[in-house]
Amino acid sequence: MDATAFPYGLRVLVVDDDPTWLKILEKMLRKCSYEVTTCGLARVALDILRERKNKFDIVISDVNMPDMDGFKLLEHIGLEMDLPVIMMSIDGETSRVMKGVQHGACDYLLKPVRMKELRNIWQHVYRKKMHEVKEIEGNDSCDDLQILRNSFEGLDEKSLFMRSDSDTMRKRKDMDKDHADQESSDGNTVKKARVVWSVDLHQKFVNAVNQIGFDKVGPKKILDLMNVPGLTRENVASHLQKYRLYLSRLQKQNEERILGAARQDFSHKGTSENLNLRSSFQEQPNIGNGYPHASQNIQTQTKMLDSQLEDTKSTLPLPAPDKKRTLVSDVADSQNVTSASSLGGVLSFKSLPVNQDRKPSETMILECQTWSGGIPSKQFMQYPKHNHERCDLLGDYSCLPKPDLEHPVGPSNLYTPPPLISMSCSMEGGARDFSDVKPAIMDCIKSLSPAMRCTVDSVSVQLSDSVVTSTDGDLKFSSVDGSPSNKDCCLDQTNSQGTLRPSPESSIIGGTELASLPDDLPNYPLHGVSFENIGLSSIDLLHYSDAMILSGLQNNWYDELEFSSDMMDYPSIDLFV
Amino acid sequence: MEYSNLRRQTIFMKKNLFDQGYLDEQFNQLEELQDESSPNFVEEVAALFFKDSSRLLTNIEQAIDKYPQDFYRLDSLMHQLKGSGSSIGALRMKNECSVFKANCNDRNLEGCRRSLQKMKREHATLKQKLESYFQLLRQVGPSEYAVSSRK
Repeated sequence: MDATAFPYGLRVLVVDDDPTWLKILEKMLRKCSYEVTTCGLARVALDILRERKNKFDIVISDVNMPDMDGFKLLEHIGLEMDLPVIMMSIDGETSRVMKGVQHGACDYLLKPVRMKELRNIWQHVYRKKMHEVKEIEGNDSCDDLQILRNSFEGLDEKSLFMRSDSDTMRKRKDMDKDHADQESSDGNTVKKARVVWSVDLHQKFVNAVNQIGFDKVGPKKILDLMNVPGLTRENVASHLQKYRLYLSRLQKQNEERILGAARQDFSHKGTSENLNLRSSFQEQPNIGNGYPHASQNIQTQTKMLDSQLEDTKSTLPLPAPDKKRTLVSDVADSQNVTSASSLGGVLSFKSLPVNQDRKPSETMILECQTWSGGIPSKQFMQYPKHNHERCDLLGDYSCLPKPDLEHPVGPSNLYTPPPLISMSCSMEGGARDFSDVKPAIMDCIKSLSPAMRCTVDSVSVQLSDSVVTSTDGDLKFSSVDGSPSNKDCCLDQTNSQGTLRPSPESSIIGGTELASLPDDLPNYPLHGVSFENIGLSSIDLLHYSDAMILSGLQNNWYDELEFSSDMMDYPSIDLFV
Repeated sequence: MEYSNLRRQTIFMKKNLFDQGYLDEQFNQLEELQDESSPNFVEEVAALFFKDSSRLLTNIEQAIDKYPQDFYRLDSLMHQLKGSGSSIGALRMKNECSVFKANCNDRNLEGCRRSLQKMKREHATLKQKLESYFQLLRQVGPSEYAVSSRK
């Protein structure tokens, strides 16, 4: 590579809630001859990235942002767009820096940031591209060329960079090929330029991990179990790493949420139910970590959930205590205490095998409805991983003695993010056949009552290919009412890159709609994990502890638009029957 | 000459701000960023800072009243202010942030209140001093400003 070739025009996205810093960083980066886009909100940044995938080379983000934790953003970007992310903070404590590293940040800058530090950020872009090329093993040479072209797409001094780097890349690739061949299982059959973690592929991954046992898992074992020709151990290893990060983050998030909830103000309705919850909650031995003080919040949440539940179209006659119990699971911050989180709790609880009288399907449905109605989902991100996580976590609890109503499985709920999916996971009794869940959930969501609104910081919905919800701002699921039309979904917008553009109203796209996505929808190659078409493993509602209103639906899932029509024909909501 | 006198004054004023610990190196960095494409960069950044920090101070004040025992919240709010202060090199304010955060750590509400009051005073003082500084600079003229900033 030409040592003096500076990557002018490197496209940087800066995310920082501090307007002063945003202005300064923009100026600094412009002075470095980079192309800068600034953003004051993490979720907006994610929308931008999703919308304009491939239009950015690197992201710089602050760690402390009000609407979303910087590390969370970091993970999302890593998972969905696989862009290098640099974290920034005034806090240079080793633990924070370590957290950044663990979440996949390629660098951690301390504020005040100097321009000279920014000048060199291009190295991260370059490094990542080199790694990407290395991941591609055993491809045909023409594929390699394509890869290289793709990798450098968008870089301004494209010819300069490409010409100089592709040679380097190619040479390096050749050198690595021998090494790589040893590891690839069957390189010849990999036709794609990159390993795209499709929903199916990820599902296989998750299944394999579950089979092996999350603690004993290793890339080689997973690879063998998955038995996907062309997949290499390296592919699996990096995916596993991301998955682990994601799971640990969720777990911590749950812990924090619970602690945070203790500080919230909740409107209390009654006391008896609270007592129930409180006692049962505190009785859970494995709660630890100061959860007891969260019980109060749980109560309030229960109350909130109750009111919301009343409003929902839920038709399942769940006993009141049950509802409350489920609430235990997701004690979000007050601002975020939305029915969504409550629901999450409900769902999670219900899905537990301990809920002897409720069929998982019923529970699920209820949840769906309640949740759907209440949550103005802003972002739905598909996280097949959730399934796995939930399943495992829930699986742990199956050995718990059947709790009676007085002893909701609080702690377990606490650990499981409210996602419907996770619950659905367990509901399936480990069958891992999530295809049944889809229609139910889809129907649930479709029949949501528009009246409810929740401020969920961010709900990640891992919808089966059949349901995609796109909401915006403080949306309401108003448009959701059983009309999964695309009108709000803008799927046919070419710039969606397979993602749903946030529309003014939330809308759910039924599976059928998805199937009929226009062919000209640009098929943007995912740089990293692609969660398309999750064969509806489950609807995964991710609750972020930050107060964030779900704004847009994420859909990198649809990048490849591989919706098999057979996945959408589920007339009944009979899940897990 | 009037002009060089003004110039001397700006240099002196800036030196004072540094010597008295109101500003640190970051302020110089900002001045270096200023160029033809953004001739009033430093002043604009300062304006942004004061606007945002006023808002943050109000938030903290409200939080102390509304959630007096929520030290975690107070700490994070002050953390935001600290980050903001670091943007223009508001050294005294940054230091006071640390004092406030220490008080939060000790769950010392009174200490937090005192610290917040001090912070507000520092904020007001810095704002006033910088306003005078920028005013003087405007009188001197942009080219001279560029020269003096290198000192």
